[in-house]
Amino acid sequence: MKIRLISFIGPVMRKEFRQIRRDSRSLIFMIFIPAFMLLMFGFALNFDVKHIPLAVVDQDGSRTSRDLVDKFRTTEYFDLKAELGRTGDIDGLMARDRIRAALVIPETFSEDLLAGRSPSVQFILDGANAMSGTTGAGYAAAILQSYSQKITFEAMERRGLMGPTLPLRTEVRVWYNPELRSAQFLLPGLMAFILMVILTTSTAFSIVREKERGTMEQLHVSPLPPAALIIGKLIPYALISLVSAHSVLALGWLLFGVAVKGNYFLLLLTMILFLISGLGQGILISTIARTQLVAFLLSVLTTILPTFILSGFVFPVRNMPVVIQAVTYFIPAKYFLVALRAIILKGTGIAAFWDQALFLAGFAVLTLALSVAKFRPGGEDGRRRRAR
Amino acid sequence: MSDLSIEVKSLTKKFGGFTAVDGVSFEVGRGSIFGFLGANGAGKSTTIRMLCGLLDPTSGTATVGGFDVGREPERVKRVIGYMSQKFSLYEDLTVVENIRFFGGVYGLSKKAIEARLPWVLEMAGLRERERSLTKTLSVGWKQRLALGCAVLHEPEIVFLDEPTGGVDPASRRRFWELINELSERKVTVFVTTHYLDEAEYCNDIRLIHAGRIVAGGSPRELKDEVIRNPILEVTSERAVDALEALQKEPWVLETSIFGTSLHVSVSDETEGRRLIRARLAGAGIVPERIDRIVPSLEDVFIHKIEEQSGGRGSGEAAP
Repeated sequence: MKIRLISFIGPVMRKEFRQIRRDSRSLIFMIFIPAFMLLMFGFALNFDVKHIPLAVVDQDGSRTSRDLVDKFRTTEYFDLKAELGRTGDIDGLMARDRIRAALVIPETFSEDLLAGRSPSVQFILDGANAMSGTTGAGYAAAILQSYSQKITFEAMERRGLMGPTLPLRTEVRVWYNPELRSAQFLLPGLMAFILMVILTTSTAFSIVREKERGTMEQLHVSPLPPAALIIGKLIPYALISLVSAHSVLALGWLLFGVAVKGNYFLLLLTMILFLISGLGQGILISTIARTQLVAFLLSVLTTILPTFILSGFVFPVRNMPVVIQAVTYFIPAKYFLVALRAIILKGTGIAAFWDQALFLAGFAVLTLALSVAKFRPGGEDGRRRRAR
Repeated sequence: MSDLSIEVKSLTKKFGGFTAVDGVSFEVGRGSIFGFLGANGAGKSTTIRMLCGLLDPTSGTATVGGFDVGREPERVKRVIGYMSQKFSLYEDLTVVENIRFFGGVYGLSKKAIEARLPWVLEMAGLRERERSLTKTLSVGWKQRLALGCAVLHEPEIVFLDEPTGGVDPASRRRFWELINELSERKVTVFVTTHYLDEAEYCNDIRLIHAGRIVAGGSPRELKDEVIRNPILEVTSERAVDALEALQKEPWVLETSIFGTSLHVSVSDETEGRRLIRARLAGAGIVPERIDRIVPSLEDVFIHKIEEQSGGRGSGEAAP
């Protein structure tokens, strides 16, 4: 029986390769769209907040206050766009999106400092973009903090006192992605996202197309075993997806400097497991959908949204409500992502993510088994043209 | 082995509340050309799809090549060839690639496929175009290629579902020559069509209407037995007016219109001619001619369907 199955896979595979080769549109879709998406997302999806446009209202105008403004001017986090005479102008600029932040130094700033009082400095942020807002606030707080420390020490020194030692000194070091660059963090997610979308859509399409054109019926009447058909269709698409996965990796390295730290074969293995589960999902969709349009919508709905939102690609799973966290267990991209980040960014071995790999393998087996079982003639498929 | 290729007993298929095939029974002899005739939606394709194992019957039994369709669909698949009404080869593969692929799908060895390839090309008349993409072929060629692919594995029985739809008359005739050749080699051909003239090529016919078989037999038998009343063909420029005039007469059994001629069924030929002339004269119509004609299968078909519907009157020319 085994030999029989294999002898049936060959013709299906050859046919599928020929069809893909002749259908340049889908070939482009599978090879170039992933690279294009990487470029788009890689540059657009940038969570690093830098160069926040800033306005300053320096009502004091002393050397000390200019010193503080300089602190803001010299970091790359803020760009000084305007020096305003009065606080009333801030609103207009911010509304027109010319500035995202404003620093207001009160008239009595240097005077209060000299007198040993604590002057308050106002920092206004545009909260419309929550992401850059919170990050900006963090930077501003850090700058102000270090500045007030400096002033305290200077004042004490002037009085001939020894600078006090701080009770705690924090030294933060970021590992694996020391510059906290988004590209590092996003690339694995993008790979999962791109592969999932491309794979699922193209396999679902290839089968639904056969249904639409009536060739599927011809195959159902032949002795071709469903498993042979599915495997024969799966192999060409898996190989092409592997090629596009590598192009994404290469581009990630060339453009964003993300190199694979871990074992390449582990990476390959994880990719294959993920590919199979994506293909299986595509085949499952094709057993439900009867038209390419429905197949497309179902693929998008079951890949783009969950992979983007629920996999931990953009939003950490840990911060989600418990119910949603439970849902994420059904998203294969989640496991793939953990494994990918481990291999690419941390360079860890299988010990760190064997459970994820196991889940992926489980998904692959499950979707394939389900699709072979569901892949039967008659039933639903037969209803379509009942009265003819 | 029995001399029957297909045995069907009270086969029924329901889709929800709609009965597509309603207790159909028939037998098909080995090597015969069996014609399954009916309008679109009469239940032809549903029957063929059940016999090929594409649809599960709601009730009733069917054996194809000695195997029960419901219990042993996999064995049925090995002895049949199937050509659906929709052209179902791969348009983006070449002629030869299609043949090789279907050979593989039917489980033929590479050697067997190569041995069979020239035969299919010859049969379909595609010797010079074997490297052409299938989508560039004309409909007639495609159909012959589809038939070639359906019989690649030399099945005992071939199911052809409306094989000549949308094909020009010359190609249709060639196609039927191929069907005859198959039959000479003792291959059973089960063919559905709604072209009644094609039914004349069949050895055995069943007429299906609204899911039920309404008549059966050889074309000769059907004509002789079903239509006992003479049919007069009335030719007139004003055929439509003539139809309206004659339709309501009590002595007119059946009427149907074919372009500029009218088929009128009456109980007696001489009396009928007289009555028709008189009635038409009353409407100001002078028929060009009135001839007694041999009933076509079309007449049989209209007669049977009207009998079935329990009514009398004008029949649209069969679809």
